[in-house]
Amino acid sequence: MKYIDEFRDGDSARHIAANIAAEVRPDTSYSFMEFCGGHTHAISRYGISGMLPANVRMIHGPGCPVCVLPIGRVDLAIRLVMERGVMLCTYGDPMRVPASEGLSLIKAKARGADVRMVYSAADALDLAERHPDREVVFFAIGFETTTPPTALVIRDAKARAVNNFSVLCCHVLTPSAITHILESAEVRQFGTVPIDGFIGPAHVSIIIGSQPYEHFAEEYRKPVVITGFEPLDVMQGILMLVRQVNEGRAVVENEFSRVVTPKGNLAAQKRVSQVFELRESFEWRGLGEVPYSALKIRPAYAAWDAERKFDLHYASVPDHKQCECGAILRGVKRPADCKLFGTVCMPESPMGSCMVSNEGACAAHYSYGRFRDIAVVSA
Amino acid sequence: MTMKKDYLRPVDFKHGRIDMTHGAGGRAAAQLIDELFAHAFDNEFLHQGHDGALLPFPAQGRLVMATDGHVISPLFFPGGDIGCLSVHGTVNDVAMSGAKPLYLSASFIIEEGFALADLKRIVESMAAAAREAGVPIVTGDTKVVEKGKGDGVFICTTGVGVASEGLCIDGRQARVGDVILVSGTLGEHGVAVMSLRESLEFETAIESDTAALHTLVQAMLQALPDPTALHVLRDPTRGGLATTLNEIARQSQVGMVIDEAAIPVLPQVEAACELLGLDPLYVANEGKLIALCAPEVVDTLLVAMRAHPLGHGAQRIGVVTQDPNCFVQMNTRFGGRRVVDWLSGEQLPRIC
Repeated sequence: MKYIDEFRDGDSARHIAANIAAEVRPDTSYSFMEFCGGHTHAISRYGISGMLPANVRMIHGPGCPVCVLPIGRVDLAIRLVMERGVMLCTYGDPMRVPASEGLSLIKAKARGADVRMVYSAADALDLAERHPDREVVFFAIGFETTTPPTALVIRDAKARAVNNFSVLCCHVLTPSAITHILESAEVRQFGTVPIDGFIGPAHVSIIIGSQPYEHFAEEYRKPVVITGFEPLDVMQGILMLVRQVNEGRAVVENEFSRVVTPKGNLAAQKRVSQVFELRESFEWRGLGEVPYSALKIRPAYAAWDAERKFDLHYASVPDHKQCECGAILRGVKRPADCKLFGTVCMPESPMGSCMVSNEGACAAHYSYGRFRDIAVVSA
Repeated sequence: MTMKKDYLRPVDFKHGRIDMTHGAGGRAAAQLIDELFAHAFDNEFLHQGHDGALLPFPAQGRLVMATDGHVISPLFFPGGDIGCLSVHGTVNDVAMSGAKPLYLSASFIIEEGFALADLKRIVESMAAAAREAGVPIVTGDTKVVEKGKGDGVFICTTGVGVASEGLCIDGRQARVGDVILVSGTLGEHGVAVMSLRESLEFETAIESDTAALHTLVQAMLQALPDPTALHVLRDPTRGGLATTLNEIARQSQVGMVIDEAAIPVLPQVEAACELLGLDPLYVANEGKLIALCAPEVVDTLLVAMRAHPLGHGAQRIGVVTQDPNCFVQMNTRFGGRRVVDWLSGEQLPRIC
């Protein structure tokens, strides 16, 4: 634990906070987007926003895998488990993502559907081997971090001829989402979302490396600092962004150099490309259809692709009219701007996906930061 | 003509299993009660053999009654099992109003096919816990449900105790300025149970903290010249410290500010939580209490708590504030401040 504690040390945090306060220019505003939900969570959980000067604003990005999962995708999973009687395995967070007709996987489970929470993709494959009489589907979601383990189980399923196992692939790609945000009208034309730099992904970058971000720094003149998920990492990342802005630089810097290399994990990348190929287009909640932003299973592994195996067809489903998740995921609005936030949309009964995972902007703000919306008598 | 002496083949506690006859009220049920439950729990009230126990009424004070259903899975975990847990849980619920627990009842719902060896182990653990706590199990019941309709065994216990007149310890009594104390390190029970969960098994030396806290409570009350300075006692079980503090804040319509650096958590619990993505503030405890008291008695209470084996890790962790929103806030070790909210969803299934 010593290793972790060092990255959560209060004295060092105050030291970095003092440096940030000393280096920001009072007449400049600094808006940084942290792409990853992991950063959003760290910022809220450790109270980092409260330690930053007033002119440094953090904008929560779309990097929370369950938040960007569109209703239509969850509907596919629910249909598989309720109508086709499969055993559906999923990580914990997608269980509560609201789907059509007031359903979610957890509600489907209460109606008798066989939904199993697993901690790893390998557990899903294990279940399939232990239940050869059942069709077992792994609901695979997440960014580049969770993709290699899914690739491995698909490879293993083929090698071990586990033919009652398949994967409903919803893996998405970080760089295309960042491009999409930078190309959006709000950023390019209207300037309603001022982005002066990015806190770059932590775990995703371990896999893909730091090189894929160089394009953003050059093409869009935005500084990117790849930053770890520990609170001191985040503080240091913010300080590095402030310095780039002050010096008029826009390059990729790597705060998370203890694990992130320029090229990333080549072995993992190879496994992923063996099993997956680019999807022409994928719908993201909040961002809409984003070209080449997701992965699908290669034809060589078609027998383990749930979409092919069960002949599933994606249908887009609009979000609740008043749900602002889309605007929040693009950084256009903040959680407290949404009428549903903290009223009908709560962590216990989420209406929108940002309220589901503790990495979601709304859930993080509700659970950790909402006292800032109200004047509180301090002790 | 001589009558053959009645012979009853003893219950096979080695290889036997519960079947439907054990719950049917016939000879098999009676035999199980005699050979297992009555034998293990043995006390004068149980000897009465009535459906209900006739008990002496306390000379003074007010009666306190609490009930708790125990459905934990797995039934055996590092540091305890459902048997001792079902005694500790209810003794603690009675004790948290400042009462001295006097009697317990126990109701067993057992699944057909359950191994008698396991049942015996559980009942003996329960008997030992009751004896150690000095609280007899004076009446009980057993039911058997068909296979697949239970999960091994569920145990419901009810406790009766007596609290001195004048004591007023409950969740509505927190006052602005009160100090929040905790009796020791948090999160051991939840992590110990979690370490055995299917698909998550990890090796750990962490043991559940399950324990009866009534003697600690009595020691705290005796240390106080005026026991009314102790306002709230609560055992932070399901939902952990965070949920318990939120419950008290809402009941008393106050806010709280706690200091993360002051909250005691074992390094191995912190490490396990870190790996599993849990927050120790939300992990269950079965042998810890939270006390809210007037600021002037803090030192006296801490000395009394630390002198007791179940309170030697006692710490002051925060204060009660005025806050119409009833927020529990925390100064993080990192230097920021955040809300410590209610637990939403569940961190782990069936932990008590």
